[in-house]
Parts: sequence; C-alpha cells; structure tokens
Amino acid sequence: MNTKGYLDMELLRFTTAGSVDDGKSTLIGRLLYDSKSIFEDQLEAVERASRSRGNEEVNLALLTDGLRAEREQGITIDVAYRYFATPKRKFIIADTPGHVQYTRNMVTGASTADLAIILIDARNGVVEQTVRHSYIAKLLGIPYVTVCINKMDLVDFSEERFCEIERDYREMSAKIGNDAQLHFLPISAKYGDNVVNASERAPWYSGPTLMALLEEVPISHKLGGELQPMRLPVQYVIRPISDKFPDYRAYAGRLAGGVLHVGDAVRVLPSGMTSRVKAIMQADKSQEVAHTPESISVLLEDDIDISRGDMLVGVDDTSPIVGQEFKIMCCWFNAQPMQLRKRYVVRSAVAESVGMVAALDYRVDIHTLEPVTGESTLNMNDIACLTLRTSNPMVFDRYEDNRTTGSLVLIDPDSNETIAAGMIG
Amino acid sequence: MKDFKLTHLKELEAESIYVLREVAAQFERPAILFSGGKDSIVVTYLAYKAFYPAKIPFPLLHIDTGHNFRETLEYRDALVAKLGAQLVVGSVQESIDKGRVKEEQGYNASRNRLQTTTLLDTIEEYKFDACIGGARRDEEKARAKERFFSHRDDFGQWNPKNQRPELWNIFNGRKNMGEHFRVFPISNWTEMDVWQYIYQEHIEMPSLYFTHERACFLRDGQWLAAEPCMRLKPDEQVEVRRVRCRTIGDISCTGLTLSEANTLEDIIEEIAATRITERGGRADDKRSETSMEDRKKEGYF
Repeated sequence: MNTKGYLDMELLRFTTAGSVDDGKSTLIGRLLYDSKSIFEDQLEAVERASRSRGNEEVNLALLTDGLRAEREQGITIDVAYRYFATPKRKFIIADTPGHVQYTRNMVTGASTADLAIILIDARNGVVEQTVRHSYIAKLLGIPYVTVCINKMDLVDFSEERFCEIERDYREMSAKIGNDAQLHFLPISAKYGDNVVNASERAPWYSGPTLMALLEEVPISHKLGGELQPMRLPVQYVIRPISDKFPDYRAYAGRLAGGVLHVGDAVRVLPSGMTSRVKAIMQADKSQEVAHTPESISVLLEDDIDISRGDMLVGVDDTSPIVGQEFKIMCCWFNAQPMQLRKRYVVRSAVAESVGMVAALDYRVDIHTLEPVTGESTLNMNDIACLTLRTSNPMVFDRYEDNRTTGSLVLIDPDSNETIAAGMIG
Repeated sequence: MKDFKLTHLKELEAESIYVLREVAAQFERPAILFSGGKDSIVVTYLAYKAFYPAKIPFPLLHIDTGHNFRETLEYRDALVAKLGAQLVVGSVQESIDKGRVKEEQGYNASRNRLQTTTLLDTIEEYKFDACIGGARRDEEKARAKERFFSHRDDFGQWNPKNQRPELWNIFNGRKNMGEHFRVFPISNWTEMDVWQYIYQEHIEMPSLYFTHERACFLRDGQWLAAEPCMRLKPDEQVEVRRVRCRTIGDISCTGLTLSEANTLEDIIEEIAATRITERGGRADDKRSETSMEDRKKEGYF
C-alpha cells in the first residue's frame, strides 16, 4: 500500500468570513463536495432535507449548518469545524458566521487560522462587513488573506467588475494597515467555478483555483525557524515518584516558538534562574532537537524550582515582556459589560493571575474603524485597546511576534465564563 | 531548519497531548471515558505518551451496557493491566435493576440512550470533574461545534448556544461545584487520521476491527451481530458472514461491514475507498435529523 502520501501530509487551518448572503456555506459545501470529502449518506441526508424545505437544487449550505436552530432560521450560530483532505494536505476549516453580533465568533475562528477566506458578493463589492472581517483578520495576525469574489455568474464573469473590486479591496486593506499576503479569485460557489475546478467562463483569469491555492500556500511560518526566539511555556511537571525513576523531574510543554537543542542554555521566566537542557523527550524517546509546535518534555542539568506557568527562553534573550502592566487589543465576548477595576482572571496559554482593566484607552468603532475615547465600558463584540494590570508578574511576547505567547483571555471569576480575548500590543 | 516539516499526524498528536496535559493541570479528578473503540484507545495511548514515565494520572471509566462484545472486555482488561491504570466500571444493568432507567422494548430496543444516566450517576459517585472522551468533530454535524473543553451544568447538560469561546490554545476549565467538563483531545482528527496514526504508531487493536467470521443478520440494510441480547424479527435469518466493525459500541447499535480487511493497511485502503461515513452504520443516529444534538444536550458522550 502507498501509505507514504497519507503519512506525509501537512496541515493547513483556515477560516471563512462573509456577510449573511455571500454564499459562505455554499462555498464550503462546494469544497467538500468537489474534493469528494462528502459521503453518500451525508449527501442523501442533505438531499432529503433540501426537498423537505422545498428547495429545487441540493442546498450545499445544509451540509454545514448543524444545529436545529440554525436549520430552522437558516443561519450559522457558532464556530463549526470542518475537515477535508486532498492527496497533498489536510485542512481544518473554522466556519464562522458573518452577522455583526457574532464578531466574537470570527475572532475565535481566526485565532488559530493560517489563512482567511473573505467572501465578497460580486454584485455588492466591498461593503462594511468586508472591512470588518478584514480588520479582524489583521487584528488576529492571519498571514494570508484570500479574497473570493463570489457570484461571478451574476455579473457575467466580468473582468472589469473583478478588477474594480480588487482595487477597492487593496485600497481598504492598505488603509487598515494589513500586511498579510493577498490573493484574489473570481468564483461561483454555487456552480463551482474556480473552487476546485478551473472555470471556462473566466478565460481572462489565469491564477490558481481556490483549492490549488490552499494546497500550495507555504505554511513554514508556523514551524518556528532558527530565527524565531525559542519559547517553552511549562505546562505540567512530570514526576513519576517510582522506584525506577526516583528523582525524575521533566518539564512538559508545547514549544511555542523557535527550536530547542540539547545543551542549550535556558533562562526561566519570570524567576530569571538559568540552566542547560540535558535531554528532550517525547514519551520514551529522546531527541537532539525539538521544533515548534511539538509537545515535548525537557530535563535540565540543574535542580531549580520551575512550575506550571513559567516560561523557558534562550539565556541571552531579552525580548520577552515580563511585567504586571500590559497594553492589549481586546475583543469583548460577553453580555456582561466590561467594568473598570473589577477583578478578572487573566489567563495566558499556561499561566494565570488575578488582574483588572486599569484603563480603557480607546474603543474601535467597528463601522468606521476610528478610535473612540472617553468611554468607560465595553459591550459584547466591541474591540478596544486596554491597559491591563495583573497581581503577579506574567510573561508575554508582542502578539505580532508570537501568536501563542502574545495572547490571553479574561475570565469573569463570578460566572467562570471567558469574557474577552486579548492580544499584547 | 529549512527542511523541517511537521506532518499533520505529528501536529495533531502534539495538540492532543497538549490538551491532555491541560486536563491534568486544571482538574482534580479527571477520567478517560473508555469504550474499547479505536478513538478511546488512541486517547489512552496519547495519555500514556503525555505523562511518560509517570503513569496516566487518571482512571479509565467504562460504561458497560451489559451488551458488550466479549473481545471488547478482554481488550480493556489487558490494556488496563499493561498500563497499570485504574479501571472504574459503571453498569447500565445496575441502573436498570435500581430502577434509575427503564429498558426499551421492541426489536430495536437499545441500551445506548440508557448509558447517559449510568454515566452521570458514575460521574457523581466518583466526583469526576473532567471526563475525557474520544469524540471527533468530523463524526457528526452537532459535534462539529463542540469545544475541546466542553462545559456541563449541574445536570450534566450541554448548552450549544452558550459555549465558552475557545481561542488559540487557551482552555478555560473553571467551574462551580457540581459542574463538570467533557474534554475531547482528538476533536480535530478524522477517522482516516485515527487509522493512519494507529498504523504509524503500531498500536495494538481489538480483533473486532479486522475481518472475522460471525453469525449476523440483516436489518434495514445493515448487518448486526446475532448475539443473545438481540431479538430477531420472524423474517430475519442468521447467516455466517466475514465481517468487521468500523466503530465499536454496544452490540445493539454496532453495524458490521462485510469486509476482508485483515491488516491496518487493508483498513486504511478500505476507508479511503468507502463513500459512507462511519456513523452511517449507527442505528442510534438515524432516529432523527438532530438525534445526536438531542442526546448530547442530555449529557451523552
């Protein structure tokens, strides 16, 4: 059997954003359907459901709308994750709804994405929601933005219309300061043009299909190269306390940046103590070098005090931010409005501290993207710049330098709910 | 390192191990929900890797419907012995005997739904605060919206409209007394990923997954095992066929696939060629368009 192909694939995570009727669910349905990732029983179920709703054609959107309320209202409520694979790659789609009130869902879906697909209705061009989706993609640091200009069949596959929208989009994107790599594609999700199969109806377009683009976008950016500073947030201390391993003490974590070698001199933050890497383990196998984002455990030369929430970095690395006051960009997630100086829990990947919002620097008007100052609260789906103060020192990077060690959430200790997402500025 | 490339299986493994370590760090009394199926076997294997050389810091919890395949129980006991793990069994038969649940009647009677009560009772008895399951988001449309850390209220119920947002790799496991979490470390794996991983890591699997001769009968186009707990309709004939299980659960809802697949390579090839989802053979999902969503809200796996 040829297992080499299967065992050799890479993983690309992407998110999709579009306004309510831009055909996002149809596009995802089309990707799944044309890549033959839909099974017969799923398709039959959708055919049955389409018929019972009186739809004439098979409604591909029904493939992705899972919950009863969504099917009844014809909307998508929450982030849904979809999977498909081609012989080249495995894909995870974070499918998020486009309504204004669900900004938080797009933020959630975007947080782990390597690429964002932004859908534009060719008839409507760049609209307010497009600007908002693009702003969120920039805020969450997604390295690739693929603009799919959809419903090209309804504008007769006009090259002129396509170029006009591309121009408008580039202008808007520059204005919001997005430096993501941009691609533009003329598609029809409903009929499949340029999704998986190249379109004959847009002979003027010589670029790749969406699927080809997804298969070829480089994803090396997330595999911590030699240039990215090493970051190992300590998640858990492995202590077997057994006769066979009497003094064994390993620091387990998922490498969040760069490369770690046996013999590397490391510093523990926030304490500042130093040591050297004695061994890198994955279960019972030792390795000379570990790459981001591998989950490993590390043994050190010296017996020093390290616990969950500490971070190992290169011994001479002065770039991490250690402190108790941070500027963050934040998206408010909860129906409970933000209260200045209320006790919240600040949680990074593995560390936690009590904290509070010391100041609301400005809120971003989601319609104009202009800063609004002089306010004292935030409501659900608001995006703002805050000053955060924590009771214990915490270790972060700037979000633009490292998405894993530059991010945090706020938790309301009264409800235990995750009420905000923050990015270190 | 320019030529370093992380395969999708390594990346999924790293993510799952990260989630398992978060569970150990954030909860007091977690347990692995062990069904004897491939997904819970992979989760248990990942837990072994996550904490080596320490033992897995939580017990395996098996909800036994009393209608399990003999091979499942043998595999379970051998694995527990090998890992030196603790095993907790919740018995559906006991829940029936105590009058906590009522046995379904009729030909399609199944103890599948009754498991929910036994599970919630066992969680309460042992005060488990996080139950780690092998559910995957690709299995079923309601599961596509499930979180890694899925909060359950005092009644063990899932509220899909009010889930905690999950960003980056930050998991919020805070809860009040009496509440618990379901945690799904292999959320992002597909059926194919699971089999490829089993193949890559040489994980030993129950014999039920490979072709074998078995007395079966055909009901509504689906082969089922002719075991004593199954009541046959007058027109149903028992035949010996060469079959294998694509998923393993309670006998009453585990469909058998006619198959000659005898090795992991055969299984991977068979799955690559098949055009029916693995839950296509699950009688429990066919009851209505949203049957999984309804069961999950009540506290099902």
